[in-house]
Amino acid sequence: MTFKQMFTSSVGKKLVMGFTGIFLILFLIVHAGLNATIWANDGGLMFNKAGHFMGSNAVPRILEIGLFLGIFLHIYQGYLLTLENRNKRAVGYAVSYDKGSKWYSRSMAILGTLILLFLIAHIYHFWTPSRLGGIGSIQPLGEVEHNGVILHNLYAEMDIVFTNPYIVVLYVLACGSLGYHLAHGFQSAFKTIGVHNKKYHAMLTSLGYGFAIFIPLLFALMPISFYFDWIK
Amino acid sequence: MSHTTMNLNLKVWRQKNANTPGAFEMYRVENISDEMSFLEMMDILNEQLITTGGEPVAFDHDCREGICGMCSMYINGKPHGPWQANTTCQLHMRAFKDNDTIVIEPWRANAFPIIKDLTVDRSAFDRIIQAGGYVSVNTGNAVDGNTLPIEKAKADEAFAAAMCIGCGACVAACKNSSAMLFLSAKVSHLALLPQGGPERKTRVTNMVAQLDKEGFGACTNTGACEAACPKEISIANIARLNKEYIVAGLTSE
Repeated sequence: MTFKQMFTSSVGKKLVMGFTGIFLILFLIVHAGLNATIWANDGGLMFNKAGHFMGSNAVPRILEIGLFLGIFLHIYQGYLLTLENRNKRAVGYAVSYDKGSKWYSRSMAILGTLILLFLIAHIYHFWTPSRLGGIGSIQPLGEVEHNGVILHNLYAEMDIVFTNPYIVVLYVLACGSLGYHLAHGFQSAFKTIGVHNKKYHAMLTSLGYGFAIFIPLLFALMPISFYFDWIK
Repeated sequence: MSHTTMNLNLKVWRQKNANTPGAFEMYRVENISDEMSFLEMMDILNEQLITTGGEPVAFDHDCREGICGMCSMYINGKPHGPWQANTTCQLHMRAFKDNDTIVIEPWRANAFPIIKDLTVDRSAFDRIIQAGGYVSVNTGNAVDGNTLPIEKAKADEAFAAAMCIGCGACVAACKNSSAMLFLSAKVSHLALLPQGGPERKTRVTNMVAQLDKEGFGACTNTGACEAACPKEISIANIARLNKEYIVAGLTSE
């Protein structure tokens, strides 16, 4: 079996989904951890320093390329698989079989699409002005000085963006989609990469549900905290 | 338990052959005993059709005792009907009530083309087995069974996977028309035993390649297959298949 065969067969395409999915799960931990610094209640200093490190240090910048590749591969392969799988049954059933599986496990493409739509808005809100601000007509972010270092004021940007209740609702709904996407995706990814041992399966299923609740909840609390002025 | 009879409305998929589009037809059957099996009820419908000059409904069946895997009806939105861990032939009419309307469809998947009415061509499964679902045995004297010790738990697990009768309910139930539960059962029952060891890499490689050639979908782990399987094949076998596949992919020459 060549590597090409290995990753392009029906099992192989799922391996790509599983591995990129686990990579994105790891990214969510980093993202949630860094963003949690908004709750330091220091006027956003720690958060802006963290943002500055992520934007100026070579290591996260290189990892960022990997992140974009991973997201692209996950989305591209996800749509490809969804279309391919859908084409395997030309004539559908009059009565569909929906009792044997959870609705969210059958709706990964729709949940993923909702997350993608959110991602476009999210990148436009924060990543674009921070990384590309000043290029062409893209407005750069406000800046703050700390010990002689100029930092992008991402904290102030969050404060501005999350005064709009529609955006807050959009972010919270996206977190709901992410939660259901993870509720199936987390444990499914590990099954796909071959974890079949009963003890790990039970552990990963519980861990997956916990992760699917905890991480999206943490993310949802960020716009809510700004909107209701819970942080100073 | 008291014996009752019922009258039923049947909405049955009729299709002349693979190239002619099909449609549902309504039929009425009366005085159906609750002790009959579903296929006996279908026999009565067919006798009724033959006496009135109609074309009997074609459906697959063989042993009628739940072990051959031939019966294949999709009844009221579930392969093999409403009962759990059950084949159509072992579904009894006490599962239904008087005046119920029962919708009967064939397995729906491009890889299982319709031959006629409720009969589909499942030879794709045979070709997948031919691609590697066996152990090559050299001729010679039979080896003493005790020369190959097998752990009891492993033997039980292999046997549970070998329970697969290849009926195709997993494909019929899956939103992707994926045959992964079938394939994983066939790969697992050999992967768990020492006899399956020597050919394990070529087996999984060739069987997955054949599965893709036949036009089944990919697995998204929804669990519908496991819930519909008359032999309760565990979805954990699919994860084992994936592991076998990864190991074969990474360590093959």
